[in-house]
Amino acid sequence: MDRVYLDHAATTPVDPEVAEAMTRVLRETHGNPSSIYAEGRAARAAVDRARDEVAAAINADPSEIVFTSGGTEADNLALRGVLKVKDGRDGLITTAIEHHAVIDTARDLELHAHVRVDVVGVDRYGVVHPDAIRDAIDDRTSLVSVMHANNEIGTIEPIAEIGALCRDRGVTFHSDAVQTVGALDIDVRETPVDLLSINAHKFYGPKGVGALYVRRGTRIATMQTGGGQEKGRRTGTENVAGIVGLGVAMRIARERRATESPRQSILRDRVIAGVEARVPDTVLTGHRTERLPNNASFCIPGTDGESLIVALDLEGFAVSSGSACTSGETEPSQVLLALGLDRELAKGSLRVTVGRSTTEAQVDRFIDALARVVARLRDSAAVAV
Amino acid sequence: MSRVFVAMSGGVDSSVAAAILADRGEDVVGVWMRLVPSGGHADAPRCCGTDEAGEDARRAAAVLGIPFYALDYADVFGQRVVDHFVDAYASGETPNPCVSCNQHVKFDALLHDVVRKFGGDRLATGHYVRATTGSDGRRHLLRARDASKDQSYALYMLGQRELTRLEFPIGELRDKAETRAIAARFALATATKAESMDICFAPGDYRELVRERAPGAFVPGPVERTDGTVVGTHAGIGALTVGQRTGVGVATGERLYVLHLDTDRRAAVVGTRAEIARTTYQLSDVRFVSGDPPSSRFATNVVLRYRGIALAAHVDVDRDHATLELDAPALVAPGQAAVFYDGDEVIGGGVVMRQAV
Repeated sequence: MDRVYLDHAATTPVDPEVAEAMTRVLRETHGNPSSIYAEGRAARAAVDRARDEVAAAINADPSEIVFTSGGTEADNLALRGVLKVKDGRDGLITTAIEHHAVIDTARDLELHAHVRVDVVGVDRYGVVHPDAIRDAIDDRTSLVSVMHANNEIGTIEPIAEIGALCRDRGVTFHSDAVQTVGALDIDVRETPVDLLSINAHKFYGPKGVGALYVRRGTRIATMQTGGGQEKGRRTGTENVAGIVGLGVAMRIARERRATESPRQSILRDRVIAGVEARVPDTVLTGHRTERLPNNASFCIPGTDGESLIVALDLEGFAVSSGSACTSGETEPSQVLLALGLDRELAKGSLRVTVGRSTTEAQVDRFIDALARVVARLRDSAAVAV
Repeated sequence: MSRVFVAMSGGVDSSVAAAILADRGEDVVGVWMRLVPSGGHADAPRCCGTDEAGEDARRAAAVLGIPFYALDYADVFGQRVVDHFVDAYASGETPNPCVSCNQHVKFDALLHDVVRKFGGDRLATGHYVRATTGSDGRRHLLRARDASKDQSYALYMLGQRELTRLEFPIGELRDKAETRAIAARFALATATKAESMDICFAPGDYRELVRERAPGAFVPGPVERTDGTVVGTHAGIGALTVGQRTGVGVATGERLYVLHLDTDRRAAVVGTRAEIARTTYQLSDVRFVSGDPPSSRFATNVVLRYRGIALAAHVDVDRDHATLELDAPALVAPGQAAVFYDGDEVIGGGVVMRQAV
């Protein structure tokens, strides 16, 4: 059976060019980037080329890129690193729709590091209002962390405005841009963001590697101690092949973004229009226009996410319900509850995220299958075995 | 091609059931049921549950190369099995949680979802029981080929509607050794796994669970003989089971058994084997595998507890109630299932009601 993969927000397939570059590094560049001899220099050069690619993609200086093991570590480094700095400020402001990598880190800091955490709510479209952040900032606020776009509902946040008001108040601003780097144009010289989390496997790079952009002058401590790699900000021998993969994936994403993002947004709109037309009573979640070019997310009354995912998988379609965790436990997503959605409605959540390989024909087949599956699930409530 | 779902517990029996079906070339899907909420301590992952049994099932499914899903049935299990178990003990009955799990969780909630939600055609489990189709087209439920592993007692509630959708590949195997051999042949890691004997949701002493959930059932009360003579005290109705041998009476050298639990007075009535005179029991929730009783009064062999021996009896059926007349007196705890057999075939059964003294 031909599988149709529509869960690109969970992860993306590695671009063949990326895989080739990584294979070459694994085979040919075995040196430690910290070594001074030829093999070490070759490895260092490969890492530096990747650093240039990542920096160029967001208009940063290469010295501002810290490689990490992925988005979660980048988020942890941003939050823990900034709050660890002893400057008399202990306040962290974040939002109710952040990824677990941010919200759980904030809660952990609150519990174990005496950090004051303020969680700002969102409107029914998932938009964080800059006024709410402004109101929350006080003299003790050290860091504000607001994601660039939400991973579940796709809403794009006004980080330029939020960043500007943080800058006015002398507060460091972090944004988890894991869902947007590669898909949206981000220029850190224009957007007043101090820290930005990046994750390679969201834009056709490998899993297990990411980066944190750290604006020059940002006060940040390290989480780990060791040999002092990445200027001491993320010590540990570099994941050379992964970093090279990140660099190549970043370059490809930058080259393709101008054509690919509009193409995907047309497919996204086809999904939204098709689902709204074919599945009665469906509620689009997130903002109708200010959303990621690849994200179509819904709540479908009379269904539950778990059943939707299982039934669609058996029909050959990979989609998700909220986040990528499959535990066999039915709990509505915190993000959907933060929008003010009813718990029962929130249980019927479905996220469809298109990607580079998605075609119109696939979208149409998916909509047919979804209409069939939803009808069956809704009927099942009324019928015994 | 028809699609068969296999309820996989993580144990060897259901893993082998899946292996047998997959080996037959069937379109097999494995499901694991989450029955209790996952551990809530802060260090545990919030999701992507790593419950050991679920992980074992997932690994077995991966070895077999079949799709696998963990599905949440914690709500229905909590209400229909655990709550019922606690309530029953607290009211002096002796519940069989496997019966309620089969009746309400596996062969109601799960079977419903398999067929109605996921478009499955059949459901298979790792139970030691056989289901066959007779020349009349009806489905029959039979003891497992390996009588020592037979689980048909806990499956008497299955009717035609369920059985047309069910398969029990393990029931056809000669013995547990054959099950383990098949597991080994398919390189299933569960091949050598120890068997669980505890009540799955109350490992160790189930009384601890009852005490925690129904403290009112652990108020001490009198132990009486049938003539009302008080011969001691007990720690609480919730800790007692009809038919259980008691510690009282040791002084007189008599062997005394719990004959009856009077929840209103919190009294436990005890007596000797000779005092067990009862041959008639009322049954509720009576059902038959074929849909109908053989006749309104029929002779049968009845089994009154899990792994119990079959006793000769007659049954008088009145809609979903029945009167059970045993040929010889026996002590039966209310709440237990009474299962009617004709040789190896399960005819039906019901639940033993609390009896007037």
